[in-house]
Amino acid sequence: MSKFRKNKKSSQAPISTASLPDIVFMLLFFFMVTTVMRETDMLVDNILPQASEVKKLERKSLVSYIYIGSPKGQNRISKYGNDAKIQLNDSYARVNDIQEFVIAERESRSEEEVPLLTTSIKADVDVKMGIVSDIKQELRKSQAYKINYSTRKKEDK
Amino acid sequence: MARNRRSTPEINAGSMADIAFLLLIFFLVTTTMDVDTGISRKLPPMPEEEQMDEDPQINAKNIYVVLVNASDQLLVEGELMRINQLKNETKLFLDNNGTNPMSSESPDKAIISLQNDRGTSYEMYISVQNELTAAYNELRNDAAIKKYNLNYTELPKDKRRVIRKMYPMKISEAEPFKLN
Repeated sequence: MSKFRKNKKSSQAPISTASLPDIVFMLLFFFMVTTVMRETDMLVDNILPQASEVKKLERKSLVSYIYIGSPKGQNRISKYGNDAKIQLNDSYARVNDIQEFVIAERESRSEEEVPLLTTSIKADVDVKMGIVSDIKQELRKSQAYKINYSTRKKEDK
Repeated sequence: MARNRRSTPEINAGSMADIAFLLLIFFLVTTTMDVDTGISRKLPPMPEEEQMDEDPQINAKNIYVVLVNASDQLLVEGELMRINQLKNETKLFLDNNGTNPMSSESPDKAIISLQNDRGTSYEMYISVQNELTAAYNELRNDAAIKKYNLNYTELPKDKRRVIRKMYPMKISEAEPFKLN
């Protein structure tokens, strides 16, 4: 009992919380800076298929994306039809535009990074293989051999 | 003059932390550290003109033919198969080592030939690719456990290469047919 009494007698100063806002602000700034808003507007529906044997895509700065899917939203469907479309950067594209796109991606990188460039194909589940095969052929023609079929990770049963 | 004499009350900064917390929680929730995942493949270079005609000599029994038609049905080695059987059948074929005279001679000689129709759905194509990858991954993992007593993913790079050489992933995709 004597132990407790001793503690009570020595009056402890309360911990100052004055610096708490500073700490919280620091965290706040960290998250504000790291938050990335989505860069490209999605013009196509893009629900990725699921797969279990996935690999992480590393070095995102070396990845260029090709989106495939049917146009998103009623307005666009009435304008462009319901067929699957290709989206490169912020606009619709045709299959023939892919070679140009790959070359543009290549030129924006330094020379030693060019062999590491990966093309990520983000296709919707409802897309047919015809258009995907066409894209693969175009990629082969433009010598962009490294590809990645983007998928969601499947939860194990 | 009378106004100046009035002392301005000090603003209470006690609630500053609350406001900052609120903002912090907002950004915490909206931040998505999404990682892109997917199945990686390497495309073959375009065939050259002279190369078109000559067939590489591969023993037919070393080729595992997987066909997917426009209504997403699987035909494997001439037989209809469901997608959930594909992994185990592929494993049996690859790891045959000459036991069954109809299957591959050895895993490093075996080739999987994948062909799909233009009307095959992308979802089906990905699940076939996924099952084939799973077959290879499981075989490599088994070999790693047998040889080094470690999972394949835990192995250092050089040992992984040894295992990869035992089970090289050879998935050949046919040139697209020019049919309409």
